[in-house]
Amino acid sequence: MIPGEFEYHAASSVDDAIQLLSAHEDAKILAGGHSLLPMMKLRFAEPAHLIDINGISELKGIQLDGDTIRIGAMTTENELIASDILQQHCPLLVDAAKLVADPQVRNRGTIGGDAVHGDPGNDHPAVMLALDAQFVIRGADGERTQAANGFYLGTYWTGLEEGELLTEIRVPVMKVGTGHGYNKLKRKTGDYATAASPVVLSLDGEVCSEIRIGLTNVAAMAVRAEAAEDLLRGQAITEALIEQAAPLVMAACDPAEDLRGDAEYKTHMAAEMARRSIRDALARARS
Amino acid sequence: MATAAEEMNRQDALQGIGCSRKRKEDPRFVQGKGNYVDDVKLPGMLFADMVRSPYAHARVKSINKEKALALPGVHAVLTADDLKPLNLHWMPTLAGDVQAVLADEKVHMQYQEVAVVVADDRYIAADAVDLVEVEYEPLPVLVDPHKALDPDAPILREDVQDKDTVGQGPRKHPNHIFTWEVGDEEATDRAFEDAEVTVSQEMYYPRVHPSPLETCGCVASFDKVQGNLTVYITSQAPHVVRTVVTLISGIPESKVRIISPDIGGGFGNKVGVYPGYVTAIVASIVLGRPVKWIEDRMEHLSTTAWARDYWMTGELAADKDGRIKGLRVNVLADHGAFNSHAQPTKWPAGFFSIVTGSYDIPDAYVKVDGVYTNKSPGGVAYRCSFRVTEAVYLIERTLDVLAQKLGIDKAEIRRRNFVKPEQFPYQTVLGWELDSGDYHTALDKVLAAVDYDGLRKEQEEKRARGELMGIGLVTFTEVVGAGPSKSCDILGVGMFDSAEIRVHPTGSVIARMGTITQGQGHETTYAQIVASELGLSSEDIQIEEGDTDTAPYGLGTYGSRSTPVGAAATAVAARKIRAKAQKIAAHLMEVSENDLEWDIDRFKVKGVPGQEKTMKEVAWAAYNNVPEGMEMGLEAVDYYDPPNFTYPFGTYLCVVDIDKFTGQVHVRRFYALDDCGTRINPMIIEGQIHGGLNEGFAVAMGQELPYDEEGNLLGNTFMDYFIPTFVETPHWETDYTVTPSPHHPLGAKGVAESPHVGSIPCFTAAIVDAFSHLGVTHMDMPHSSYRVWQQLHALGLDKHG
Amino acid sequence: MAKQHISFTLNDQQVDALVEPRELLVHTIREQLSLTGTHIGCETSHCGVCTVDLNGDSVKACTILAIQANGGAVVTVEGLADADGLHAVQQAFIDEHGLQCGFCTPGMLVRAHRFLQENPDPTEEEIRSGMSGNLCRCTGYQNIIKAVKSAAQKLQQA
Repeated sequence: MIPGEFEYHAASSVDDAIQLLSAHEDAKILAGGHSLLPMMKLRFAEPAHLIDINGISELKGIQLDGDTIRIGAMTTENELIASDILQQHCPLLVDAAKLVADPQVRNRGTIGGDAVHGDPGNDHPAVMLALDAQFVIRGADGERTQAANGFYLGTYWTGLEEGELLTEIRVPVMKVGTGHGYNKLKRKTGDYATAASPVVLSLDGEVCSEIRIGLTNVAAMAVRAEAAEDLLRGQAITEALIEQAAPLVMAACDPAEDLRGDAEYKTHMAAEMARRSIRDALARARS
Repeated sequence: MATAAEEMNRQDALQGIGCSRKRKEDPRFVQGKGNYVDDVKLPGMLFADMVRSPYAHARVKSINKEKALALPGVHAVLTADDLKPLNLHWMPTLAGDVQAVLADEKVHMQYQEVAVVVADDRYIAADAVDLVEVEYEPLPVLVDPHKALDPDAPILREDVQDKDTVGQGPRKHPNHIFTWEVGDEEATDRAFEDAEVTVSQEMYYPRVHPSPLETCGCVASFDKVQGNLTVYITSQAPHVVRTVVTLISGIPESKVRIISPDIGGGFGNKVGVYPGYVTAIVASIVLGRPVKWIEDRMEHLSTTAWARDYWMTGELAADKDGRIKGLRVNVLADHGAFNSHAQPTKWPAGFFSIVTGSYDIPDAYVKVDGVYTNKSPGGVAYRCSFRVTEAVYLIERTLDVLAQKLGIDKAEIRRRNFVKPEQFPYQTVLGWELDSGDYHTALDKVLAAVDYDGLRKEQEEKRARGELMGIGLVTFTEVVGAGPSKSCDILGVGMFDSAEIRVHPTGSVIARMGTITQGQGHETTYAQIVASELGLSSEDIQIEEGDTDTAPYGLGTYGSRSTPVGAAATAVAARKIRAKAQKIAAHLMEVSENDLEWDIDRFKVKGVPGQEKTMKEVAWAAYNNVPEGMEMGLEAVDYYDPPNFTYPFGTYLCVVDIDKFTGQVHVRRFYALDDCGTRINPMIIEGQIHGGLNEGFAVAMGQELPYDEEGNLLGNTFMDYFIPTFVETPHWETDYTVTPSPHHPLGAKGVAESPHVGSIPCFTAAIVDAFSHLGVTHMDMPHSSYRVWQQLHALGLDKHG
Repeated sequence: MAKQHISFTLNDQQVDALVEPRELLVHTIREQLSLTGTHIGCETSHCGVCTVDLNGDSVKACTILAIQANGGAVVTVEGLADADGLHAVQQAFIDEHGLQCGFCTPGMLVRAHRFLQENPDPTEEEIRSGMSGNLCRCTGYQNIIKAVKSAAQKLQQA
């Protein structure tokens, strides 16, 4: 219940945060704190320094920038849900945020924290993959951008290097003819996914011109069901084709066994969530 | 002349029995002014925290306190060696066994208490816990109760291995605790041999934990100057705790004060005495300062009283019309490392023998074997009425299995076997006397309310379309109100309960009972009873419980015993007062006692309108104008030893729809009809039903605390342990009938555990019913979507296209 | 690390405290500022009995460092009533029997109070979802839902 001792630093700007990160070994960023602080209270994490970035205004805000939506890394889940821009132009993020944790946690939990914390149970990474999001990252060497696809390397292992801070997430505006689906199977409100699948697809007439199928919490990190995507891309997606894709979705999984279920159940559920999300995405793409 | 309207006004003004009046305790709770144990702050108070074993079974080779003691702000680090001179390193349990207070050379379960640190504040105490160095030598672990009695099983309890009993009869193996048998085995075996049809069903009732939102804790304060010990404690049985503290510490009861203040939920979790309490008391005595111990949630789920863990086999013998001829039950009970579960002394399996249920069964035999394993101790808790949860689960499930085998409708088979109204009071073949009941009426009412025939028709149609819909029906009889002292005692103290009532000169009242509310609304319901008995408004009746310095001795609140026993004591005490008041009223009006009749709130002279004295007027007179030879004052105390238990009953029906691709179960409807006899406050009863149903839903649908092979406890945080939120919880429909208890002064039976006892098998029944057309007779809990999916996947129901 | 001085408004009153960085807001409120209405029920941020209002948002005070409240505005259950009496949500909980043991109640009330500002006319489903960060063992939630609905109606009439 009681965290170990640490030194606390409130960063006033992004550059200040980066400077503090490089000045202190064994430092962790305090964003929403609802992944980190519970770990510290159980003493699973005992950083010597916490760098609080809640006061950095540059990290807040959602803007529409042409075909791109720019989301400050410290945007909370509730702010995502309330955003008119997202509701209109990227409703997948809204749907996903609604199923994260509970109302109080959503007031503190941030898209940035959830996207780069590295826990396979975090909800946003698979959504980032499905959206083909871009991460804007700043470090001592300056700013860079990295695609979400390829960013997730393993459990608590991402493309974020030592001393770097995620400042912004960029997602594309959903165009006409594009649709999304999001289905998350969980034991109860506040639980991580037993399996979840965000899907984004585009239709060209009846043919699927592009599709991305993300999978949450059924592998060491968020993954895409790429073989399933390859089967569906360029085809008219029928129920029969979805059924052919299902085993390919299952094959993309390598879940940890826990009280949510064994590997057999989780892989089957990943496929079922993907099925439902594909159907939902199709319906939305057509409307 | 009083009109009907005037009489109604006087009746309403009392806000007495039957009135859904608002609760008197609410104003402080809604303003954050409750007084829970962790709210208690005493000058100089220190904080205790526990060092706990990571191993399930190990020798403790050494404990190094040095670093912990060197941390500034740490006052003491105590181990078993420090408790030995006081003979407090072990303590007696409520079940006749002993339990280690701090590990004495050996740990028997993961998270067992090994040392306690005491520091200035909880932050320093937490740091100090990390600094205590303990060396363990792991031993082979036993977690499978089925292997506990193997010849080569590791011996867990070396401390009792040479004892041929641990308080519950002879034992046959070092890991064996007891064998309990009831019923006529031979006659039952004959019934099975002769039967036209028999069924047998194995079923497991998993280990679950009541998990009230407030964890356990205490503030122990020993006053060195006066030699008094005061303990604020989360206890459902403060007087029992006081007696136990005296027995183990030697401090006389007159110098021990136990205070159960506001308690944030009990559900049977807060009955026993935990090592944390004992070590806080010892630390306070040693240091001469108050010591607070509050456990966290993981400690709570891992070490305090949990429930069930019964491996049961139910067998029924019947004729081809489904009339039961015999019931045979075998149970393997996993008690964990110590037999510490709350029970009346002579009942090692609680009231499990109520397992004949609502049915007229001519022959029955029950055998329960209890064993030790390397797990936390317990078994009785969680709204179980002392194992009635297990008993009702067994009979309701097995009866459904019989119904399925014979192709008889599940409601019809119950009707054919019910104890009939004219058979009450009914002697069950296993020794219970059911006081009153009308099972047929309750069943018919529910079936009509839900259009049962319509539901069965709908189920047929859905089945034809390959959809899974289930209807669960449970008709349970509960046994509560422990209990008659000739059969029920806790550590030798008979299970009576008590009430002490005093009327003040100006007509308001203070009353104290030996029970202790943990949310059941006693400050309101007891006031309502006194109001109706004495004709004084419940607004002016102050109810207190929980302070052993002022409350008369009681056995506490668990097993739904407050209404059957405490309310009976309250009514009887009030009637003693009214009897005295009648004499005073007669004296005031210069008539004979026998000329008076009681009317709502006053004594009236029979046949002489206008000649009357209200109880208020009598109260004033009691302090200045009483008959010759009578002492002043207007009060009474009653210690009520119930002549029998009470037997609330109910009919519950549940409708579920199952997603055949994920295994998710949607509870479409839950209809709960309860009969608890006289209803004191219908609003409070309904609230209890909602709460019990929700806890039953949690147990049936997701709660479990499994151990792995190494004895590691899994799922012991709220991340995994299923506490339903607003979102998962179904809508509850409640209904009632009223069949008073013939032996209770108010005809009331108690109700708060019925919804838990009855709902759990009802959820299982509904889910199994969804698969019954495919030959499924039983599915073990919890009915998580994972486990339900495994069943439907095995049947090939989740194929698409 | 040395204790730091923090200052914030607590139920509209300015308060000060000296806190270690690791001190949790719920402990500061309960122990240093002696308002024990806010409770502690778990250490994994699930149960919600520690819910307070921080800068206009419902948050779990067990998962906020006290130092993060510096300069902010905190409202606890003790701040809901005013000189005219109980707040509508408090009265509604009494009227609809929305509490039994009372342990979850402060968190429920503080959350309901904020929730009804976010959504003044909620459906039952919205209440269930909006309050899903607060657990209760005693009531089965049904009467709490009735209480929130009743409070919503009263507040809209006011």
